[in-house]
Amino acid sequence: MSGQPPLPPGGGARRDERVAPTLLLLADGDDVLIAACDLRPGPHLASSGEDVLVTEPVQLGHKVAARTIAAGASVVRCGVPIGSASTDIERGAWVHTHNLMSDYLATFAHRGGQR
Amino acid sequence: VSDSPAAPILGYLRGDGRVGIRDTVAVVYLVECARTVAEAIAAGWEDVHVIGFGGCYPNTYAQRMLEELCTHPNVGAAVLVSLGCEGFDREELAEVIEASGRPVTTLVIQDLGGTRATITRGRVWIEDLRASSARTRRVPMKLSDLVVGTICGGSDGTSGITANPVVGRVFDVLVAAGGTAVFEETGELIGCEHHMATRAITEALGREIEARVAKAAEYYTAMGHGSFSPGNAEGGLTTLEEKALGAYSKSGSGPIHGVVTPGQRIPGPGLYLLDVVPDGPPRWGFPNINDNAEIAELIACGAHVVLFTTGRGSVVGSAVSPVIKICANPETYRRMSDDMDLDAGRILEGRATIGEVADELIDAIHWTAAGRPTASERLGHREFVLTYKTSEPAGPACLPTAR
Repeated sequence: MSGQPPLPPGGGARRDERVAPTLLLLADGDDVLIAACDLRPGPHLASSGEDVLVTEPVQLGHKVAARTIAAGASVVRCGVPIGSASTDIERGAWVHTHNLMSDYLATFAHRGGQR
Repeated sequence: VSDSPAAPILGYLRGDGRVGIRDTVAVVYLVECARTVAEAIAAGWEDVHVIGFGGCYPNTYAQRMLEELCTHPNVGAAVLVSLGCEGFDREELAEVIEASGRPVTTLVIQDLGGTRATITRGRVWIEDLRASSARTRRVPMKLSDLVVGTICGGSDGTSGITANPVVGRVFDVLVAAGGTAVFEETGELIGCEHHMATRAITEALGREIEARVAKAAEYYTAMGHGSFSPGNAEGGLTTLEEKALGAYSKSGSGPIHGVVTPGQRIPGPGLYLLDVVPDGPPRWGFPNINDNAEIAELIACGAHVVLFTTGRGSVVGSAVSPVIKICANPETYRRMSDDMDLDAGRILEGRATIGEVADELIDAIHWTAAGRPTASERLGHREFVLTYKTSEPAGPACLPTAR
């Protein structure tokens, strides 16, 4: 991690809702993508250029699995492990406290982090 | 760093040679029992701020914190408000302030005859001070003369990809120009310790950084709770190490010059880590009960101004030093723009780049130092929190550049 931030989507160009990526790949090889706005289930364009079929509603700033992740596997965001999968996670699924746990300390949240 | 904006920065020169960007009178309660009186003394004056310590029993850390805050460059004078029977060493505090060349008075409520008499005495003292004292000398200041702190609060999944990297970029620029920057919360850097160690300017400092993060992990494990709030999870952060990854990007990419502890003055230019986690076995309960406890600690290390990044939408400011709020989340900004100084959420929507918002932030720091109030100052936010802690000043291995 160099402290260098990932490039934002759109690059300052005029935004076209049909082609602007709504899922951000922060670093090559990451297991998760970040929702750049609130997402409905369905196909969404990632900044990697791939289409990802998102399987459930995902809010701005939350994570979507970029690939299938096996239970117990380390989950990488921005090139760095952020915990381990507590269950098998399908590609396109919302990744949060219900399927990802800290390797350090348990996360304390109301209602499992859901609104 | 170009000092491009038109307004010059004219700092307030103190008797001890320190130079501030605000000219504040601190009214200091030395136990909770004196707080209402202190607040009544300060009421109605924008440049009179209340700080203090609520505990009745003395604490070395709290004593050092209040000594450093009362002699902070942004503070020009102090009114100490004591009930009379508390354990705080008010004489020692008054001596330290006096030795710094700042006017100080101590009001003991039990000796003065109670609430009304003490409030009147305090207000008259402040009015007399303003009437009699010559105007504080103003001297030119550069951006690189500032000590700039940073904290994130109310973080969400956007913080680590917009506002925090903006602060990191600004820190790189300030430090490269000979400025001083301090980031904090070893407990929010769990998982980043080995990378941080590679940025330390000496191997011994790198080992210290790793040991201090290990201490934080142990402390939080004993407390059963890390620095992670339900709001962080609602905003898309799942684990402490994911939050840490985002928080870490505030530190930029440059070399780390040292580690300090709360109330330890930053010894010189460079990038410093503030270790806010207590020393020794867990004691006194949860170490940093909220963001303002850490803001007060950054300021006690000498921060003239604090850069506060938020995704969920914090509204706080601080006593003593201005707080600049950088909003990471575009939806939060649209809802709470009154409380924010900068909109870094535009980065997420492709309407600005990290470099552009970093330039805006450097401008905002300049204007704030030149006297323009920040959003939280305009709204009257002067939060202050100080609780019990065990914390010793960091030793020579932590400060390789100190003489």
